[in-house]
Amino acid sequence: MNPDIRRGARAFTAPLDRLIAAIRGTATNVGGLLLLLVALVGLFSLLLPETFPRPTTLQAMMFQLPELGLLSLAMAIPLISGGINLAIVATANQAGLLMAWILTALMPPDVGGPALALWLAGALAAGLLLSIVIGLITGVLVAVMGVHPILVTLGTMTLINGFSIYFTRGRTLSGFPEPLILISNETILGAPISFILFVIIAIGIHVLLTRMPLGIRIHMIGSNLEATRYSGVDTRRVLVSVYLLSSLLCWVAAIVMMARFNSAGADIAQSYLLITILAAILGGVDPYGGFGRIVGLFVALCILQAISSGFNLLSLSPNLTLAFWGLILLAVMGIKRTTASWRARHRST
Amino acid sequence: MRSLAEAIFGRTETALAAFILLAAAVFSFASPYFLTLSNAADLVEAYSVTTILAAGVFVVLVSGGIDISFAATASAAQYLAAYVATSYGFPALPSIALACMLGIVLGSVNALLTYYLRVASIIVTIATSSIYYALLIYFTDGTEIYNLPDWWSDRIVFFRYATNSGDIVRITLPIVIMAVVALVTRFLMSRTRIGRQIYALGGNPEAASRIGINILGVQLFVYGYLGFLAGIAGFVQAHRVHQAVPTAMVGQELNVLAVAILGGATLSGGVGSMGGVVLGVLLLAMLQNGLNLLGVSSYFFGVVIGLAILVSTSMTGYAEKRMRRRHVLKAN
Repeated sequence: MNPDIRRGARAFTAPLDRLIAAIRGTATNVGGLLLLLVALVGLFSLLLPETFPRPTTLQAMMFQLPELGLLSLAMAIPLISGGINLAIVATANQAGLLMAWILTALMPPDVGGPALALWLAGALAAGLLLSIVIGLITGVLVAVMGVHPILVTLGTMTLINGFSIYFTRGRTLSGFPEPLILISNETILGAPISFILFVIIAIGIHVLLTRMPLGIRIHMIGSNLEATRYSGVDTRRVLVSVYLLSSLLCWVAAIVMMARFNSAGADIAQSYLLITILAAILGGVDPYGGFGRIVGLFVALCILQAISSGFNLLSLSPNLTLAFWGLILLAVMGIKRTTASWRARHRST
Repeated sequence: MRSLAEAIFGRTETALAAFILLAAAVFSFASPYFLTLSNAADLVEAYSVTTILAAGVFVVLVSGGIDISFAATASAAQYLAAYVATSYGFPALPSIALACMLGIVLGSVNALLTYYLRVASIIVTIATSSIYYALLIYFTDGTEIYNLPDWWSDRIVFFRYATNSGDIVRITLPIVIMAVVALVTRFLMSRTRIGRQIYALGGNPEAASRIGINILGVQLFVYGYLGFLAGIAGFVQAHRVHQAVPTAMVGQELNVLAVAILGGATLSGGVGSMGGVVLGVLLLAMLQNGLNLLGVSSYFFGVVIGLAILVSTSMTGYAEKRMRRRHVLKAN
């Protein structure tokens, strides 16, 4: 190719290159969060030298983290795209209920061996299919009708919960086959299978968001949907992918939750919904979209889990944990605000 | 020229009214018990707490913000009033005033944090909601207060009327409070200076600030007003169920938000009317009652609300989109 043309093309794509570099760039604002995490772990280790800095505590934390973690990932992707998905817990519960129904009501109780594997695979596939349908419907409503995602997902959340409650009459289904329970009970090299699953998925989502065209486009529509559309990106397709991905993550969360609680119901884990937003924002996801990284979210989840475990070992009420989470979020926001205005003042002088 | 369909569906209020008439016609045709006066009064009373809260949320939405801490605020205010009334024998007015004052204080905290941290109000109120609620449960241990004084738990009937068929229509305290709140909110939003400032702030915050509107002042008013109404709603809720339960209203946040949005308030702010909110509540109440009378399981109601929200928001969203496109075409 003619070098002049190539140079011209490069000049034309330079802003995009810069954007992609910024999205891929090393996490700059995760440093502060890591510092906070280290400070908290140090504080709890000082207060609880006998119980906190122990492998068992770490393992307990790894058992508890995955379900909130997976749901937070399901929330973070729509947030980065400038939207939100309020239906994540509802989706996870409904997928869980469908799988639980197949495994408890349809499957004969004394199945074993290959037949059991087949039943399990069938149940998982049914849950997967349901979450795909929910994700597609949500995505199409957001993309085509041009309605704000808060409203769409408020509607789908109410609708999905409505169906779950209608079909179960508020009951829970429990008693699942052994192999499923293992996900949240068995450990490999000291780490629970559910935690390993979560880490692998988190890395996958990180790669998707930072290294793949879809991820870059998700960031772009989060910054400016119209500009992205005018630059030739099929924004509707991206939006549908966002809610499809979110819904798929809910399906994985549903499997982990089934394994951990050994039950499925319409009301399980409803309090997680707002906590996932809290975790994502704490992790540096911009509530207005366009920015946020999975590394930050992961550190934020570790911070929340460290507080929860530390308070638990100090025999403080779980309610105080929730209050402290809220305070931490406000404090981090306040620090960000003051450093931003401090920087702005020093740049101008 | 606007087509007839656009004239009807362009405004949320007219669309809601049309749906209400349609639902009323279908249900009264299907069940003779529907649309009796006593039935209507019961319906309205059942939705009184939701309407009072929705009025406050509506004001916040018009200003361009969102608040989801009001359920925690209402619970805290209710508990505080119940506590001073039972443990210290506070009479009616001081107890209610204390509840409303706590509501205003907690609401103002939201306003201050939103203003000074420059963070989306939904984030601030998620955080404060966690804090308010967690502290409430921590300090109360989640225990209920059953022995409310008589002035609080006795049913107050302002107006009683026996119809020819023997049904009794009661206009009770919750209905009256709800009506007063709706009227005051309507007056406030459409006839006062602060109301117009709230619309201006929601429509375009930058412009509102340039023409000299005190943004912090308006935000303090808006969130304080929701807190005040949360205090009243907490009082009415305890009046209806004869006890103060710290967890009674938690989980209602998104339902109330849904009602305000069904009534035509948008998340971008600057739009909406109190009449629309009342119509939205009316539609939900009628759907719930009509389906009950038709023998549809009450478990099915969540599905109906979900559909109602999706249909109404899709309709307004689609109408807005078409209107925008037309503006673009005209400009060219």
